[in-house]
Amino acid sequence: MGLIVAENISKDYQVVATKVSKDYRTGEVVVRALRDVSFTIEPASFVSFVGPSGSGKTTLLNLVGCLDKPTEGKLTVVGTDVLKLDRHESAQFRGDNLGFIFQDFNLIPVLTVFENIEYPLIIVKNTAAGERRKRVMAVLEAVGMVDQKDKYPDQISGGQKQRVAVARALVSDPNLVLADEPTANLDSKTAYTIIELMKKMRNERKTTFIFSTHDQKIVGEAEIIYSLADGELVDKQVKGGKQNG
Amino acid sequence: MGNLFKIAVRNLFRYKRRTLLTVSLIAIGVIFVLGYISISGSFKNMMIGQITDSSLGHLQVHRKGFLASIETLPLNMNLKPQAVKKLEGILSQQAEVEAYSPRIKFGGMFSNFVETSSIRLNGIYPEKEFKAVPLLTSRILNGSKTLNRGEILIPELLSRGMKVKEGDQIVIVATNQDGSVNGKQFKVAGILESATGPGGRDGYVHIEDAREVLRMGEMEISEVAIRIKDFGKVDAFNRKLDGLLSREVNKEGKPTFEVHGWQQLSPFYNITRMIDMMTIFIQLMLISVVLISIMNVMIMAVYERIREIGTIAAIGTLPGKILSMFVMEGFCLGGLGVVIGDIMGTIIIYILNFTGLVTFDFGRQKGIVLLPTIAPMDVLIISAIVIFVSVLASLQPAFKASRMEPIKALRHV
Repeated sequence: MGLIVAENISKDYQVVATKVSKDYRTGEVVVRALRDVSFTIEPASFVSFVGPSGSGKTTLLNLVGCLDKPTEGKLTVVGTDVLKLDRHESAQFRGDNLGFIFQDFNLIPVLTVFENIEYPLIIVKNTAAGERRKRVMAVLEAVGMVDQKDKYPDQISGGQKQRVAVARALVSDPNLVLADEPTANLDSKTAYTIIELMKKMRNERKTTFIFSTHDQKIVGEAEIIYSLADGELVDKQVKGGKQNG
Repeated sequence: MGNLFKIAVRNLFRYKRRTLLTVSLIAIGVIFVLGYISISGSFKNMMIGQITDSSLGHLQVHRKGFLASIETLPLNMNLKPQAVKKLEGILSQQAEVEAYSPRIKFGGMFSNFVETSSIRLNGIYPEKEFKAVPLLTSRILNGSKTLNRGEILIPELLSRGMKVKEGDQIVIVATNQDGSVNGKQFKVAGILESATGPGGRDGYVHIEDAREVLRMGEMEISEVAIRIKDFGKVDAFNRKLDGLLSREVNKEGKPTFEVHGWQQLSPFYNITRMIDMMTIFIQLMLISVVLISIMNVMIMAVYERIREIGTIAAIGTLPGKILSMFVMEGFCLGGLGVVIGDIMGTIIIYILNFTGLVTFDFGRQKGIVLLPTIAPMDVLIISAIVIFVSVLASLQPAFKASRMEPIKALRHV
């Protein structure tokens, strides 16, 4: 049973999870990765899910990111019951509402920095060329990568790659950005820079950021921290206060 | 579309060596197919031209049943003057007809006053015959390029065997329709080079001389050879003429005429069909090469880029778009191979044509120079086949990529 029970579900919440569970089947063995997890996330929040490896952080982010579906429970993301979405609708929903930042940056190696950021606008949003350029340049400027825009991913550093990934996640102006261990492959200094960048973007664009981490040094940077252990939500900390049911 | 193309091209250049090998394989296949089509096609067209323009004509009209007994050259199966008049009336009204030539075909004995041999002869109107089969004059090795009354053109083999040369006097003896025998003395006007196909070793006399030898009261005709303006329309004109002549019936109500295209008259037609069949097999081989090589490359590409597929799927790329991206890669691979193959193939064909390097012997004809050419339509068809097969080969890997679960793809190591 999760600690926080979502009640009075409102469309104002970006994410509403009610008793969400997720099972994985490996042969005959069923492993419960998440158990009756309930929580809500408000718009423009800067939320972190923390916990050791295997606690269910990535599983939870995958569910919120519509990359996977809960086995039990109800999950509403940006006002949409994601359980009702089929494969095609899920992809469309992700393109319209979500941005992703990956641990390994996952930039497309054959595209330049500019083109990587432009990609969602071309392939997913079908944005006109002039508008595309305007938006890409705006996010490039915001993440401080304008002078690197013509380089390919293998020509820039890890920190710079993650900046590009942040820019790519934000360029289509999503409601929600999900970042799974965004600093895991970065040194401490760069990790702080990336978290600061994400926070700055949240402040400027009012985008909700949800990230997972097990790095205690950057956990404190989040404004709301959900702690997970063995697939259960065990704690919620809000900057300036603590709520643990 | 332009962006998909750009991404596809960049992905191909990501694996330069593999792309180069696959494109080279396709290009070499295209070059070989174009080369084969051009050389075999030119050989085919040259041989058809030799056969039809040397003796056969594009089409022939006979009295019904004549062709079935042509080995014996029956005089009682000739077309009567009235039928010939009708036939000439019809032919003269056809815009497709360039020329036609009535012939009397008969067998006889050839004597040089010392030895005697058999000979097959055509009685012709020289001016009409030379128009209907324009290469006939070029076959006259020695002597004049004309044929007058009292003169004969004899085949080269007979000339050698009987030791007869131009200017010599010979005698032709033939059995008439009533069974009696008649003979006439001729002057050898020229020696004819042998030609491939039926009638290629026949001799020629003026049609009035033939009538005289055969003691015909009225001019009867064994066949009418027809040359049409556009060889590509032989079949269509054959059908048209057949339709026109089928209205002409004899007293028993049966058709008077029968029309035959060169295909029915020459055994070489079977060789042309064999060439066409071999062309299909060569094309099938090309299809196999393209199919296997592109499928192999695309399967590898999908396997190597599973995480990348997971990423683009996660950020909202629709499955159809992912499919299009990989199909576009297959299209670009095939397209690049086709463009290079077409350009190099055309250059090679042009060089072969320009230098005349390809020669061959056909029967007694030695050192025939082939001038390979390729029709733009053939290039287009081959290109379209290769591109279609490229897209087809990339469909399965592309479909697999589009059906991948993003979460599984992202976890792939």
